[in-house]
Formats: sequence, structure tokens, C-alpha cells
Amino acid sequence: MPKKSYRQAINEALRQEMERDERVIIMGEDIAGGMGAPGEDDAWGGPLGITKGLMTQFGRERVLDTPITESGFIGAAVGAAATGLRPVAELMFVDFMGVCFDQIFNQAAKFKYMFGGKAVTPLTIRTMYGAGFRAASQHSQCLYPLFTHIPGLKVALPSNAYEAKGLLIQAIRDDDPVMFFEHKAMYDDEWEVPDEPYAIPFGEAAVTREGDDVTIVAFGRMVNMANEAADNLAKQGVSCTVVDPRTTSPLDRDTILETAEETGRVVVVDEAHPRCNMATDVAALVGQEIFGALKAPVRMVTAPHCPVPFSPALEDLYIPNAAKIEAAVHEVMSGVHARAAE
Amino acid sequence: MAREDDVQLSRDDLLNAYKRMRLIREFEDALHEEFSAGNIPGFVHLYAGEEASGVGVCMHLDDRDAIASTHRGHGHCIAKGCDERAMMSEIYGRADGLCGGKGGSMHIADLSKGMMGANGIVGGGPPLICGAALSAKQRKTGGVAVAFVGDGASNQGTTFESYNLAKVWNLPAIFVVEDNGYAEATASAWSVSGSQAKRAAGFDIPAIEVDGHDFFAVWEAAREAIERAREGGGPTLIHCRLNRYYGHFEGDAVTYKAPGEVEKVKAEKDCLMLFRQRVTEAGLLDAEALDQADREAKARIDQCLSEAKAAPAPTEAALLTDVYTSAY
Repeated sequence: MPKKSYRQAINEALRQEMERDERVIIMGEDIAGGMGAPGEDDAWGGPLGITKGLMTQFGRERVLDTPITESGFIGAAVGAAATGLRPVAELMFVDFMGVCFDQIFNQAAKFKYMFGGKAVTPLTIRTMYGAGFRAASQHSQCLYPLFTHIPGLKVALPSNAYEAKGLLIQAIRDDDPVMFFEHKAMYDDEWEVPDEPYAIPFGEAAVTREGDDVTIVAFGRMVNMANEAADNLAKQGVSCTVVDPRTTSPLDRDTILETAEETGRVVVVDEAHPRCNMATDVAALVGQEIFGALKAPVRMVTAPHCPVPFSPALEDLYIPNAAKIEAAVHEVMSGVHARAAE
Repeated sequence: MAREDDVQLSRDDLLNAYKRMRLIREFEDALHEEFSAGNIPGFVHLYAGEEASGVGVCMHLDDRDAIASTHRGHGHCIAKGCDERAMMSEIYGRADGLCGGKGGSMHIADLSKGMMGANGIVGGGPPLICGAALSAKQRKTGGVAVAFVGDGASNQGTTFESYNLAKVWNLPAIFVVEDNGYAEATASAWSVSGSQAKRAAGFDIPAIEVDGHDFFAVWEAAREAIERAREGGGPTLIHCRLNRYYGHFEGDAVTYKAPGEVEKVKAEKDCLMLFRQRVTEAGLLDAEALDQADREAKARIDQCLSEAKAAPAPTEAALLTDVYTSAY
């Protein structure tokens, strides 16, 4: 099977869906680039080149560069979705949700319910998240827990290029508004990606490692850290199951609970800040549903409760990694209660 | 004084316009009474006094055209063709409401009629109609999209962003600023710097200022704006100066207005009164036809009220439906 980068996989999903359905349009800031400028058209193809070539193939009518006006164009994407198109809007960095969140959580997310089921809002918002780029506090956050909190939204977190293509195609075909999170540190990561279009259903986790001792539930880019940790731990005689939920909304509770019940030990890995994030969500789920099956308290590996720092020396401390996951696994294996250990 | 040849509307159009305006007035007056009696849950913002704006604009629209409304949305809904009986049930939170009782006064919508919703967020609508206008343009339906905003929303960044986007994308979009002089309890004379028309000019968007009590002035302005939009000429702003007869919300004691302010408007500029004067003096409609329309509107709203009050509330089964399109 051909290997493609996360970037190529996303581009291919957009291209194939635009070829399949003319109602699919894409819009965002410099998703082509060069609008109204004397130089090259498609100058950027997106700030990180994700949408490169789509304008050339589909024209400016379906690949719309926008002014820097997130409330305006995200809202326009919502309105277009409610009136017959299937827009894919690019919110360059999820950190910019602060200037357009109303249109996402008060408008798009609620139309169907508020309007008694009669509205359909097939909107996809692609957005970049995550730390590791030395991009500091306003360009590095995760924030997917904030969207996961909102009924009416679906939230996808592909952890590799295969998932990126399949989940994006599902997002575009889905009749509900979907937040599609792309980790900026994964765009060059390659994976086996089929050429043909395929959709990965939402709410169906992938189990990327199978083991008997500990269940590691990890989100987005952290799945790769968890896999690395599991491989290291296997050499030390500790076998781990790694669960990649793929979407936080809907969440595949069944796979999480079944694998957690099998091992009786759970570590949750989430790059988001530690309060009210996916780790606390999964820990609460496990604690509430299968408390009796647990052999140790659930451990959470997350970023700390501070803004994302700029200095590489600090940012490296901020981001969860395989070593931190391994340490948490050892903790649950030893049965040491974290508070007592401190 | 108006002469018959000034008016380009047929007798049927005129009668329909009057009926719509009167129906809105009856609807809102009835809600005012019902709210005062404690019969209506939640927040209600009434459109009474502003009818000429919604009807004057929506007379030019059909189901391919979209509008986005405001928290003061009942009039826009009725003007755009939403069923008033289902609206009444919605406001009472009944299962047979236009939105199944899940939306209420601030979220009444009927997308099949191009009514994209009243909106609880001030300034929520303008970006949405940019999208609806873009959709109409892409799908080549010939449709246009209209955002009704108040003078309050005219100060929101979303509104300015939408002016800009509508202009740079050359969208068939119309922004109707219904300036009733007060954003909640704050005078637009104080809160709006510059003027609505100058703001539009800053975006190179043509603006038309009209007396929003005058149905014919609104109708004419909307005709020009909507024709321009349909022909690919881009957005227009219409600044309607008008008055609301009730408070910002029901329960508002309106202590911020001058004593007698509303009564004077009602006596001198009421849109229904002005309409009646003009069409009867010009011999376009006779008083009896208008009286008949008044009686019909009253009877219709009485019927809507009694049926809505008797309608069942939603059951628990409805609580978790309509959150998502697919299983969750």
C-alpha cells in the first residue's frame, strides 16, 4: 500500500470528496493564497500547504480564499451548510476559536435541536492544534475538550494519515457539524493510505496494541507516544493495550470499558490541559462504570495547567511523552497510590 | 399625498401586505397580554410597531431566499411565511410547535420557508446570511439572503465582518438595520457612532435610509436592494428607523424612554395607520376591506392562542432527539 503523509492524506480526502460531490466547497485564509495579488495564484495552498493544488483543479468558486475574518467566514460556512452546500472551512489554528466560537457552538451546533430536527448542517471545520512547534501560547493549544463538551458537535482527532483521510471523508459526508483536528506536528508523518476513498465511522476506536496488563487510552498525536511507550514496556515485560478513540464526540465508550475491564489498569493520555479534558472524561467513565474491575487507580498523563510555553526548554517539559506514559504505567502496575507516593 | 400611480403593488398585494402586518400586530399584542398573565415561559421580545419593515422587505422574497432574524423575530417569521399557529405553539413550548417546543420564541425557524431562525445572539445572523447568499450564488438559484439586525447588532464585529465579506465575495446579501432607537435600554443615538449609511459607505456598500414606519418606503428600498442583489450587483444596507411599542423584553418597564414617547409614535406614525390612510385616500383599498382584515387577524390569533394553549407539551422522549442526524 502506498505511504502518504498526513498532509497528503488530508489533501487527497478533500480532492476526492470535491470530485464526488459538487456541493463540497472549501474556504479559509490563504487556502489557495494570492487572491487579488500580482504574483502566483495558489501561492500557498494553505499556510502549511495542505490544500495546495485544489484551487487549480476546482477553481476559485469552490476554493474560496477569505479575508482574515473568522467570525465572518466560519459563520458563512455555517449558513452555507444550512442552505444546501457542504462546506469545509479551515480555521487555521484552533486557538482562533476565540474570535468565532459563537458561530460554532451557538449556531451550527444547535440548529438541529433548536429547530426541532428540521435543520441539517453538514459543516466540517478543519483546524490545527497541538504543541511542539515553539509556537507559544496562542498557536499551540489542544482545546478539543471545549468542543467535545458541546452537544450537536462531533469531534475527530486523527492520529495518523490513514485515519486523517478516512475520518475527513466521514466528516464531509456527515450531516452534522464536525470539528476535525489536525496535529501540526504530524503533517509530515507517513502511513499506509489507500488511494481509493474510504470513510472511517465516528465513534469506533482503533486498538493499536493489545496487551494484558494495562490499557492506555490516548488521543490524537498522543496515540503515537502511547504506542512507543507500549513497545518499550513490552521489552520490559509489561504488555499494554492502546486504545485510539479517533473521535472524542461521539466517544467509543464500549471499547474503552471492555479493554479497561480486561486489564484492570488504566492510563489516559491527553495533550490537553488537565482540567475537564478527555483524560478526566475517560477516568470518570471508567470509575463510574467498572470501578469493581480496577486493580489500581486510573492515572492521567496530560499537559500541565499552564499556557503552552515558548522556550523549547519549557515546551519540551510541557508535552506528554513516552517516558511519562511509561512512568504512569509502572505506577499503576505497582499499585502505588499517587498521592501516597508523593 | 400618494396618488394611485405611485404605488406599483396590486390590490391583492396591498391587501396581503396589510393582512401580514395586522397579523403580526395581533400576534404580538396577544403575546403581550399572555405574558403579563404569566402564561408564557421564558424570554419574549415583541415586534409590535416594526411590522412595516419585515413585511416591506419579505414581500419581495420567496422560498429560495433566506432571512436571518433576531431575538425580536416573530414578525420576520410571519412575514417570511412561517405558520403562525405552529409559531404560537412553539412560544408556549408545545410539542406541535414549529420547532417541537425545543426552540421557543428566540429560535423559531423554518428552513423550508428560508427562515434561518430568530437568534438569541445579537449579531449572530449576518455571517449566516453571507453563507446562505454564497450557497444561492454557487447553486445558481437566483436567491438572495437578508439579515435583519437591530441597532444593537449594528455595533457587533460579526456585522462588520459580514459587510466586508459580502462585499469582497460580491454576495446577493441585504442587511436591514432595524433601528428602533434602543439596544435594550441604551439609546442608539449614544451607542452608534457615525451612521449606518456611512458605515456601509466605508465598505463601498450602497445604503438606503428609510422611515421604517412607512411600508411603501421600505418596500421600495427593498425592491431596489433585492433587484441589485439578484442581478449580481452585491450587497445593500437598508437603514430603517422605526419604533418598538413594548419593552426590550416582556417585563421591561421601559423607564428609559421619555414619558409619552411611544404614545406619540402610535398616534402619529403607526405603520398600520399610515398604510390605511394612504391606501384609502388613494382609493386603492376601501376601509371595509381593511376592517375585514382586522377582524380576520384577530380571529386567527384567538384561534392560534386557544389551540396552542390546549396543545400537549413535549414528552420525555423528545429530550434527546434531534441533537445529531445520525446515531450518537
